[in-house]
Amino acid sequence: MPRAEPPGSEYACAVAGSGTTAMASIPEDAMPPQPVEAPRRVKRVIYRHTLPLRIMHWINAVCLLILLGSGLQIFNAHPALYWGQRSHFDHPWLSLGATQTRDGKLHGVTTIGAHRFNTTGWFGVSSMDGQPTVRGFPSWATIPGPQWLAMGRAWHFFFAWIFAINGVCFVLYALWTRHLTRDLVPTRRDWLGIGRSIIDHALLQHPHGEEAARYNVLQRIAYFVVIFVFGGGVVLMGLAMSPRMDSVLGWLVDLVGGRQSARSIHFLFAMGFIAFFLIHIFEVIVTGLGNNLRSIITGRYAIESKTHDETHQ
Amino acid sequence: MKLINRRRRFLRDALALTGAVALGGCDKLSETDWAPKVLGSATALSHAAQGALSRNAMAREYTEADISPEFRPNGSTDPQSAAYRALAANGFRGYRLAIGGLVAHPMSLSLDELRALPNRTQITRHDCVEGWSVIGKWTGVQLSHVLHMAQPTAAARYVVFRCYDAMDDGSEYYESLGFDDAYHPQTILAWALNGKTLPIPNGAPLRLRVPRQLGYKMAKYLRRIDLVASFKDIEGGAGGYWEDQGYQWYAGI
Ligand code: HEM
Repeated sequence: MPRAEPPGSEYACAVAGSGTTAMASIPEDAMPPQPVEAPRRVKRVIYRHTLPLRIMHWINAVCLLILLGSGLQIFNAHPALYWGQRSHFDHPWLSLGATQTRDGKLHGVTTIGAHRFNTTGWFGVSSMDGQPTVRGFPSWATIPGPQWLAMGRAWHFFFAWIFAINGVCFVLYALWTRHLTRDLVPTRRDWLGIGRSIIDHALLQHPHGEEAARYNVLQRIAYFVVIFVFGGGVVLMGLAMSPRMDSVLGWLVDLVGGRQSARSIHFLFAMGFIAFFLIHIFEVIVTGLGNNLRSIITGRYAIESKTHDETHQ
Repeated sequence: MKLINRRRRFLRDALALTGAVALGGCDKLSETDWAPKVLGSATALSHAAQGALSRNAMAREYTEADISPEFRPNGSTDPQSAAYRALAANGFRGYRLAIGGLVAHPMSLSLDELRALPNRTQITRHDCVEGWSVIGKWTGVQLSHVLHMAQPTAAARYVVFRCYDAMDDGSEYYESLGFDDAYHPQTILAWALNGKTLPIPNGAPLRLRVPRQLGYKMAKYLRRIDLVASFKDIEGGAGGYWEDQGYQWYAGI
């Protein structure tokens, strides 16, 4: 397996625990001295993310942010979603609309199925340059901020290409380096421990030490689903909305129930990305913001183990 | 320690910069001359890729049961120009479609002459750039048939459609197609919608249908058709009314 040379050459090549990303380890001398206690704690730094992975991660993050903002801009041009081949204008399953009361005040009204919600300030009606304005998503969430469909589409399709190319590069790289099969696909042992892992996550007891050197089962499932189901799905549903591509992707459009269904599912995947993003950021913070950020920028990730011996499990 | 501090500061700055670029920066970039051009380059890529993947494939045709109760009109729905009002007042009996520019046989066709040509009926989906879709049954003559009659010269590259509806800025609506779309079997000049004479809101008496592109390509209220080598000198130069406002000329996605 090809490995990018870790930055700094003094990395002693040590263990990689069964099926982990750990590649090389070094006691970290930049760390403050450890308080003496029993059992002895040892900190070492592993080289966790290779340079290509780190670059692809950040390209992906920028793409997602811009695709989300420009996508919401596109959504605002007709802030309603339907199921089926065509729009049943009287029956959107989701709509972000507005009503005006007799006093002239604007109210944002979000409907989901038969339910109506007052969402003034957020959806349907929000402040734009200090004025209550009728628009689906608020201007702080859209790219560009003002209503400007043509420009939103320009951003969306440019970054859609980068997102898709970056995604293909990632999958090829992950297959080639076996990052995919080793680190992202849950192992048999992972599946057996899934109950324990769910409870631990719920109690915010995250794996420490050597266990943190590899992705745990929930992490594996989350990354796998986000990459292949959300990522693959959002691209396919984006293409299924293209009238030109529909001349060859008719089967796909029919599979999901029609072009308007494809638009709805595309939107739901985008919301799925927001949900993943929030959980992802939360986990990054609670499991050590500095360490995690360093690992995805410089590749170096510190792990703490109880005794030195355990590193050779 | 210094190194760690510097690294922390870099981290913080990198995050702040990413956020600022993504939110405020996109607005600023959108206003520049160059950024929209860079972003627009993706459209050429989409056109090339989608064109190669789908070539002459046919748009899906639906059944009578799929037809929308109302074919929602968008954009102009009732042109006010004197010439159009006069034609409409007379039930479009005086209407003639002129075909000119780079053709061997310039001509003009009345509605009766157009209806007498071989026709095609297709139940196709109409996708608006805003995101919604409606389905309708269209009847008309294939554009390819009219082009064969007029015989474009070797220099002709694009088909330009001029319309009767004046837009907010006073200019007339216009659109253009490349030959790949112009000669596609489902590209028709339609004079009927859902088995009835084309209503005014939907583009009477004659409109373009190009089911593999978005709605704004399908010019309504056709006045004349010109074959040209380039559309750079026409109106804003981008090949269509909405293209001049920044929308993509290739509207296949
Ligand atoms: C290759 C990737 C993608 C392609 C080809 C693509 C394509 C499209 C298209 C054609 C539309 C317009 C739909 C309409 O006419 O209303 C759209 C809208 C949208 N896109 Fe994407 N997209 C891609 C990736 C993404 C990603 C990664 C996100 C979010 C993380 C996203 C979020 C949205 C949203 C929120 C909308 C507006 C809602 C809707 O109309 O579905 N897109 N996209």
